[in-house]
Amino acid sequence: MSVTQETFRAALLDPAAPVPDGLTDAAGRPAGRRFDVYRNNVVASLAAALETGFPAVRALVGPDRFRALAIAHARAHPPRTPLMMHAGADLPAFLEAAGFGAALADVARLELAVRESYHAADTAPVDPAALGQITPERLENLRLGIAPALRLVPSAHAVVSRRQAALEGSAQGAQDRPETALVTRPGFDPVVTALAPSEGVFVAALARGAPLGTAVARAAAHDPAFTPAAALSALLAGGAITSLETEPAP
Amino acid sequence: MLDSTRTCTLPDAPGVGFKACHFEAVTSAPGAVRWLEIHAENYLGDGGRPQAQLAALAERFPLSVHGVGLSIGAERGLDPDHLARVAGLVDRLRPASFSEHLAWSTHDTAFLNDLLPLPYTEVTLDRVCTHVDQVQAALNRPILLENPSTYLSFAESAITETDFLREITDRTGCGLLLDVNNVFVSATNLGTDPRAYLAAFPMERVGEIHLGGHDAQEDEHGAPLLIDSHGREVADPVWTLYAEAIAAAGPRPTLIEWDTDVPDWATLAAEATRAEAILARVPA
Repeated sequence: MSVTQETFRAALLDPAAPVPDGLTDAAGRPAGRRFDVYRNNVVASLAAALETGFPAVRALVGPDRFRALAIAHARAHPPRTPLMMHAGADLPAFLEAAGFGAALADVARLELAVRESYHAADTAPVDPAALGQITPERLENLRLGIAPALRLVPSAHAVVSRRQAALEGSAQGAQDRPETALVTRPGFDPVVTALAPSEGVFVAALARGAPLGTAVARAAAHDPAFTPAAALSALLAGGAITSLETEPAP
Repeated sequence: MLDSTRTCTLPDAPGVGFKACHFEAVTSAPGAVRWLEIHAENYLGDGGRPQAQLAALAERFPLSVHGVGLSIGAERGLDPDHLARVAGLVDRLRPASFSEHLAWSTHDTAFLNDLLPLPYTEVTLDRVCTHVDQVQAALNRPILLENPSTYLSFAESAITETDFLREITDRTGCGLLLDVNNVFVSATNLGTDPRAYLAAFPMERVGEIHLGGHDAQEDEHGAPLLIDSHGREVADPVWTLYAEAIAAAGPRPTLIEWDTDVPDWATLAAEATRAEAILARVPA
């Protein structure tokens, strides 16, 4: 009798499944608890990767409940890549399907974004003073090179405050509000900044290659009170601007 | 087949599995540690601290790149994208050694993050040799293949593990990575003699030795069931087997693996010092 890897895998991920025939101990008896070693290794290592990768979500739902969710996730959705740095890429959708709200799923998205930023390619930022040296008539058509470590997580909830409070072990004090999380990586450690939704629209437009004037117009359409200074400061402080490309004034 | 004479250029000295928490210590006070091993899959990101640390280590130590995700023992074909990523890392780093496992971890697209066992038959032998050939072609170098820890037997197995490994190395030109803890764990779990296993092992093809800790449990019949946990000191019977193996075959690059419940640097370095003392008693 041949034990296929399909049979082996299916039994690994289903604790109720019988141990496949053809797996034995030294005396030729059914493998029993010996197969459970593999079952446990697989599920425990995958669950542990999620515990490490989603500390704020774990704190928000509680360690025991998160462990149970992580084990259920490991059995239903094993990773599709051997790169465990990407473990849990589908956890936000899994949490929503399990009945958790978008507020929690967005914290999971932010934790994924922080991990992606941590592993993103290195780039040299522009000197923050360089932006101030661009003449006003050239600002409209200025395009910014954006670092690959930049991530944006727009949310209808206070995703940044919620994650921060969870990591600090404190109750979330502020009232819920829409926030866009900006993730930058000024050195090796990602920094998370809360932006207003219109600021998020602005940075997203810049990241897609829109000229500064167009990005400001899109953000202003979202919120007439929008001004770009705070978002630009956050980008400069985060080392997220890698080039300034001006076009000749018309 | 590739020329295996330069399979591994690590020194016949102790190394340890590198953990990021030890970066400062290993670069300032390496002690007996002369080389480092990294898991390929942890260094396939584009940049940031992991790549910066790796570049700094590569300037200072010979490196061994140890793959844990190529799934050479898989029934299905190798993942070409993953193989290309690993080849890119090896090409950039030019490490002293590249090694992988006689095991599988991926089926279809599901990565199971464990080193899973395969039966030893003519069919699986052909398939593993094909996969080793493909890996060696992609990496443009011979690799070392590691003997697994085993918790159970396949009724269909028709070839001993040592004959299986010898045949792979003969057909593909790959070298072998001898994990002495895995030998002890498997022999205990399968009720066989670890010394007989080592006597049958093709030591002339061994380019690296692994030593790690294991946990002890029992199965439902009260028989010993050792788990290859890499979470504690190397056990005394494993040190004894290691000393006997290199006394007979000569010194080899020797790695201390400690991957879970990672200790402080002094504790890990002490294990390397213990290996160094045993290596020092072996004529080169």
